Amino acid sequence: MKLGYFPGCSLQGSASEFDESLQAIAPALGLELIEIPDWNCCGASAAHNLNRLLALALPARTLALAERTGLAEVLVPCSACYSRLILTRHELDQDEGLRRQVSEIIGMEYQGTARVLNILEVMGQIFQDGLKGKITKPFEHPVACYYGCLLVRPPKVVQFDRPEDPRTMDELMKKIGAKPIDWAFKVECCGAGFSISRTDLVAKLSSKILADAQRRGAEAIIVTCPMCHANLDMRQEKAEKWAGRKYSMPVLYLTQAIGLALGLPEKKLALHQHLVPVSFPVKAKPAAKAKAETAPPPAGQSEE
Amino acid sequence: MSRIGVFLCHCGENIAGTVDPGKVVEAANRIPGVVHSVDYKYMCSDPGQNLIREAMRDKRLTGVVVAACSPRMHEPTFRRVCAESGLNPFLCEMANVREHCSWVHEKSELTTAKAIDLVRIMVEKAKRNRPLFPIKVPVTKTALVLGGGIAGIQASLDIANAGYKVLLVERDPSIGGHMAQLSETFPTLDCSQCILTPRMVEVAQHPNITLHTYSELESVDGFIGNFKVKIRKKARGIDEKLCTGCGVCAQKCPLKKIPSEFNAAMGMRTAIYTPFPQAVPNKPVIDKKRCTYYLKGKCKACEKACPAEAIRFDQPDEIIEVETGAIVCTTGFEVLSTEFFPEYGYGKPKDIITGLQFERLASASGPTLGAIRRPSDGKEPETVVFIACAGSRDPAKGIEYCSKICCMYTAKHAMLYKHKVHQGNAYVFYMDIRAGGKMYEEFVRRAIEEDGVKYIRGRVSRVYEQDGKLIVKGADTLLGAQPVEIEADLVVLATAMVANSGAEELAKKIHVSYDSYHFLAEAHPKLRPVETNTAGIFLAGACQAPRDIPETVAQASAAASKVAALFSADELSREPVIAVVHRTAPPIFSICEGCFMCEQACPFQAIEREEIKTRDGKLIKVVAKVNPGVCQGCGTCVALCRAKAIDLQGFTNEQVYAEVMAV
Repeated sequence: MKLGYFPGCSLQGSASEFDESLQAIAPALGLELIEIPDWNCCGASAAHNLNRLLALALPARTLALAERTGLAEVLVPCSACYSRLILTRHELDQDEGLRRQVSEIIGMEYQGTARVLNILEVMGQIFQDGLKGKITKPFEHPVACYYGCLLVRPPKVVQFDRPEDPRTMDELMKKIGAKPIDWAFKVECCGAGFSISRTDLVAKLSSKILADAQRRGAEAIIVTCPMCHANLDMRQEKAEKWAGRKYSMPVLYLTQAIGLALGLPEKKLALHQHLVPVSFPVKAKPAAKAKAETAPPPAGQSEE
Repeated sequence: MSRIGVFLCHCGENIAGTVDPGKVVEAANRIPGVVHSVDYKYMCSDPGQNLIREAMRDKRLTGVVVAACSPRMHEPTFRRVCAESGLNPFLCEMANVREHCSWVHEKSELTTAKAIDLVRIMVEKAKRNRPLFPIKVPVTKTALVLGGGIAGIQASLDIANAGYKVLLVERDPSIGGHMAQLSETFPTLDCSQCILTPRMVEVAQHPNITLHTYSELESVDGFIGNFKVKIRKKARGIDEKLCTGCGVCAQKCPLKKIPSEFNAAMGMRTAIYTPFPQAVPNKPVIDKKRCTYYLKGKCKACEKACPAEAIRFDQPDEIIEVETGAIVCTTGFEVLSTEFFPEYGYGKPKDIITGLQFERLASASGPTLGAIRRPSDGKEPETVVFIACAGSRDPAKGIEYCSKICCMYTAKHAMLYKHKVHQGNAYVFYMDIRAGGKMYEEFVRRAIEEDGVKYIRGRVSRVYEQDGKLIVKGADTLLGAQPVEIEADLVVLATAMVANSGAEELAKKIHVSYDSYHFLAEAHPKLRPVETNTAGIFLAGACQAPRDIPETVAQASAAASKVAALFSADELSREPVIAVVHRTAPPIFSICEGCFMCEQACPFQAIEREEIKTRDGKLIKVVAKVNPGVCQGCGTCVALCRAKAIDLQGFTNEQVYAEVMAV
């Protein structure tokens, strides 16, 4: 599969392990990523609060560059970038006049031919075609699949999975041997953009997510968004302080979990870059595992 | 040669204020074929009508044009005047110079000129009018009522009490519908079954009512007064004549864990079952999809146990053919299930239930004998959260309408809970409280003020399970959208009232239109609320839109009175404005070529096939024929007929062309 690639600023900075792990698993999955030349900031979290045209023009330029490069599909791993790009595409699709105006601003023809894909869509497609034999070290852990707020919303625009209870990541996790838990915080807010300005809010919101994952026996939280990762991993200590309890919950990118299942070395997947050490309870203790399994008490919650 | 009289009405100042009557009369006199023209201040008054009568007699008129108001207003008046004086009423036409001219234009030469044009148009039409005669259709004085809920029961009883025969068809094993499932009814809190079951028994015992339960409508043909209906009587698996309703079969049935439809899955039933003890008829049915004998070929425990030897495993479905004169559709509604709501767990948490399920918990005849116990562990809930507008009034869910009954029944539920669990906490999340109705608002206030139900204005964003509790997360919008989190033991969703699944198939079967939500459509939302666009078919109750019991009963009685009015005459009389297929002498017989495009185009199934044969029975050709009882005179077939073999009586092609050419 040959795809355009828009890493965005996060994957080159605070979430470089997302990029590294994606690049690491790509060859094994037959995924060829072509980085959009001269891409620019998507404007996330700031532009759309200040200036609508700017918020549209920034992603539109990147998409126009992708079109010019002849890319029909662009993978956007960061949820915030994904949201901005797909919203821009949606708005410009609806309004011919706006499309012309934005084209003029960016000094390039924007046509809207390049499709925007998130990481789950791409992985889902690859996994559908079959991965048999490539999974050498099944990732056999109970995990909490955390989608965050942006990946499935607004439903009319992204038209991806079920907005209140998405399942794509859970299905992917099952395929690499993990046991996705049934939990209530799949799409709850982690505090996102307040990661710098209001860490007290982040501590409170993230703590609830971490607590529910822990209560229901997850050994790791799997994420696809650099913002979520920052709040759940980097701010976990603060969340622990706020709640007055220890979580010690490893937070992995989807690509890292897949990488581990493919048998790639931890170093290559940049697991060492996390603030919460990625370690799992020792397997030989069946009692602990049994406890994890029986932890969620809700009756009748069979897997679909 | 035509001798047309033109009569111009001033309508006081209404017409004469902007149109010059003198000029219109003068111009009318010059139209070829007009032999008399006169104006008068009020043509519809007695002296005005006499002007027409005298002119008809003195001038031997062959046609009349009254230039006045809309024909919807006074055409019947003037046609009656003509009929009384011996002129066929369909030779009288009206030129609408009020609504179409004087009311919508300023006083000017042009306005008068337009009035003259309108008169000229109608004169040209009147010249080409032919005498027409009302169509008589015989009436079968039996009504078919579809659906045995409270609407069907009320309509059946009213029609039967008027002295006409009724066939009541119910899909389920018993009549009673949703009302039989309810515990108490708002705003009086009287027991639903106590007021309903006497009516159910009355239906069963009424000499004019034939009851077909566990039966479904197969097909409907025919037209008003003369419907031909096929009903599929599904095999109950028992001989109803022998069965005494003793219930031993259900006691012996080894399958006891089938979710009961009547108890909305809050209780269980057996494979051979009577839905509830007060069922009418009180005869069981065998659930063939579940019964071990039908699935695996053995068991027959009920057959061995039946003292009356009434079990019939090999009983076939029966098709009953009946003729009826009218159909009343009272097929009711469904409530959305909890599975519809992703934010409330897709129906997975057992302690999130619908309002209908709560009714069964609160009902003295329900699985808990009226004790409020939550489904998961049978504990009495200490905190119950009621969520109103679950689905309703939510464009994102595709249900933009208000389900109308939820505000009231939610108040009732909270009240019933507080009456049974005094120390319990009841919360209601609501958007608005819509309590329009006799004693309704007072009822809701009583729940809030006397029973201490806590009302929170806001929506619930999510409900999830945590350590055996349900966490309800919402917002209190009266406190500035402050987040609210409640640990509840039971959550009751007032889920939206929706059209029956299969409502659209039923609508197609009975040729009735439906709206975008699949509710059946009335002929006019205000003035013809229980009639449909198909003559002889009526609606009542929640098959049409969300309704509560009082409204449903009122509508059912209204529909019954329409049926009684229809049946009060032996023959129906209809306006002869219908399509007719051209017929002529041999050897042509008809210019119809038998392509039957008209058959496909007709929205009312009025086109039939007629074989033209020689005297010795040899087929010459097949042509179209219009059933005068069914045709509504819409003219679609006329527009489509390539051979110009069909024409609309009273609005022939020739007449319409002449009208156009007169302008």
